[in-house]
Amino acid sequence: MQMNNGSKRQVSFNDPVVRALLFQILIVAAVVTMGWTLYQNTYTNLVHRGITSGFAFLENSAGFGVAQHLISYKEADSYARVFVIGLLNTLLVTLIGVILATILGFIVGVSRLSKNWIIAKLATVYVEVFRNIPPLLQILFWYFAVFLTMPGPRSSHNFGDIFFVSSRGLNMPAAQIADGFWAFVVSVVMAIVTIVLMCRWANKRFEATGVPFHKFWVGLALLLVIPALCALIFGAPLHWEMPTLQGFNFIGGWVLIPELLALTLALTVYTAAFIAEIVRSGIKSVSHGQTEAAHSLGLRNGPTLRKVIIPQALRVIIPPLTSQYLNLAKNSSLAAGIGYPEMVSLFAGTVLNQTGQAIEVIAITMSVYLAISISISLLMNWYNKRIALIER
Amino acid sequence: MSSHTFKPDMPPPSKVFGPVAWMRANMFSSWLNTLLTLFAFYLIYLVVPPILQWAILDANWMGTTRADCTKEGACWVFIQQRFGQFMYGYYPPELRWRVDLTVCLAVIGVAPLFFSRFPRKAVYGLGFLVLYPIISWCLLHGGILGLPVVATSQWGGLMLTLVIATVGIAGALPLGIVLALGRRSNMPAIRVVCVTFIEFWRGVPLITVLFMSSVMLPLFLPEGMNFDKLLRALIGVILFQSAYVAEVVRGGLQAIPKGQYEAAAAMGLGYWRSMGLVILPQALKLVIPGIVNTFIALFKDTSLVIIIGLFDLLNSVKQAAADPKWLGMATEGYVFAALVFWIFCFGMSRYSMHLERKLDTGHKR
Repeated sequence: MQMNNGSKRQVSFNDPVVRALLFQILIVAAVVTMGWTLYQNTYTNLVHRGITSGFAFLENSAGFGVAQHLISYKEADSYARVFVIGLLNTLLVTLIGVILATILGFIVGVSRLSKNWIIAKLATVYVEVFRNIPPLLQILFWYFAVFLTMPGPRSSHNFGDIFFVSSRGLNMPAAQIADGFWAFVVSVVMAIVTIVLMCRWANKRFEATGVPFHKFWVGLALLLVIPALCALIFGAPLHWEMPTLQGFNFIGGWVLIPELLALTLALTVYTAAFIAEIVRSGIKSVSHGQTEAAHSLGLRNGPTLRKVIIPQALRVIIPPLTSQYLNLAKNSSLAAGIGYPEMVSLFAGTVLNQTGQAIEVIAITMSVYLAISISISLLMNWYNKRIALIER
Repeated sequence: MSSHTFKPDMPPPSKVFGPVAWMRANMFSSWLNTLLTLFAFYLIYLVVPPILQWAILDANWMGTTRADCTKEGACWVFIQQRFGQFMYGYYPPELRWRVDLTVCLAVIGVAPLFFSRFPRKAVYGLGFLVLYPIISWCLLHGGILGLPVVATSQWGGLMLTLVIATVGIAGALPLGIVLALGRRSNMPAIRVVCVTFIEFWRGVPLITVLFMSSVMLPLFLPEGMNFDKLLRALIGVILFQSAYVAEVVRGGLQAIPKGQYEAAAAMGLGYWRSMGLVILPQALKLVIPGIVNTFIALFKDTSLVIIIGLFDLLNSVKQAAADPKWLGMATEGYVFAALVFWIFCFGMSRYSMHLERKLDTGHKR
């Protein structure tokens, strides 16, 4: 009897390979058809509405003012420049937010595990209050109920004649490059190079002889002493320009607009609540046996924490921390609610309304966020891979 | 034979027992701890008394207009006067019983599902899931049985928030499950389509999705076809949320041991039956807490519809605070909105934790 094998196999719907192929062809066909229909519809709609598609509009002059721009900007500048300003503002908020939220989140997360009852309870209250209130509501609250109700510049809150908080935002001294600046930069680089060399030498000696060296304290001393000496010889690296009240507003110094303050404050407070939970679960995931083992090897509390607990906890903390950073970057788009000039409110809001180029503007905005998301996750994946457990 | 009578236990030494010892151990065990405790008390002193003073002691509770708010503290009269708007938006006041009835039906309908001894839970739940949306649509929108029509543009307040959140999750669940199955499929084309879809929606903020659904959706559709604003927002929310649900469900699918897949195959079950009868019931049970968490996130995200001009709870508050008759009431309004959101989210997160403990019977060894 001859088997009905491979070469003579009939094409039948009961064959899983055939069926899989058929399914996939169907799916791809469906996706392509849908894309084509969408394209056709959009094309006819655009033609009927008389909208010319394409990115030529980016060259046109914008003609409106922007409240905060990190690079120079005039009303006559192009939409492309407006886009860059919005992008830079988004990145600024994300960067400040990530740094502050990480610091605050780690402090709160460790506090929740504190043996001090009242500190632990306070941290719990913080987490439970702030992670259960929508971020947009927090932004609106800080903006409309806190910063806009502050007194005007003439009766602003004064912090030691250096910082002034008013309804116009936070006025602070501006750093300006002085005579000793470049010498100072060179001295800092020199200090860092010295520290690296010192660490190498100390590690080599420790491995060879077992004699420890106070790397941290010596390094700190080097980092302080070398630049300080340099500043003494060549003069101060920076000159501080103080804000002064003139008429109804401050002159000189840097000013952080209230929109930026409200946005970063709200995002920091909101994200820190989540980071605190991540940190807490990360530290709790390292079993107590690890601490005991480290102690029994003769490590004291500090080295136990630095060399045993934290490296293991970080492995658990990093992946969810990444997604919190991504959330923060995406939540920065909530600035549209208070009109801080970042990507969404500036570009997808004002520029879209002025030009009517809906498809191009939304596509650019979405791809920017996709690019930010993908690059943050690539960076964190690389870091995660570096510190991940190498199983043998 | 002599019998021994034991002396009663000595009381524990007073140094390890009682409130003083407890405080010494938990708040003042070292100089650092003492410092921290004092710092904590200082923080509490800074924050709590002013809030109490403002919100309760000095607050104005009675009255009808702004002029009745004579004391220094919060003016809760504003919330009292605008409560209807915060809850129902511009829903006609004489028809608001329909919203109340919808909520009551939901509570009565869902209640049996929380009793573990209720018979035929699955059949009942499925029936409820099919019937309830139809009934609530008829009640809320009207147009049949002699109920006057209330256009969706008049919906608002907490009611709209709840509608968007529940419709969003109900629509996103089935789509998310299909996407998760697709992402774990053996067929490369399907996997690529699903991964692209999921990663795209997860990579962009909800605001841009809402912008897209309100600005671009009309361009995508054939000419003459148009949805109302609420439906457009809902489509955006469902697509966005389905990607997050898909990732949660994928986690559940990955947690099911390979043996379960192999056993289902060995029983001669095909793909759909092995998924439907063996894998999904176990996987979905595992991810219920995760789904509740995405629901909480969605509930908080509904506040973003403010951007496309729908009047949910937050936007109602924002608008009421901009009313010239009630200028300067922003703080009270936002505190009230925050309290409502907080109660819902905190309640749900506690419920999710409870579920996690209750359902923790799975494959842990």
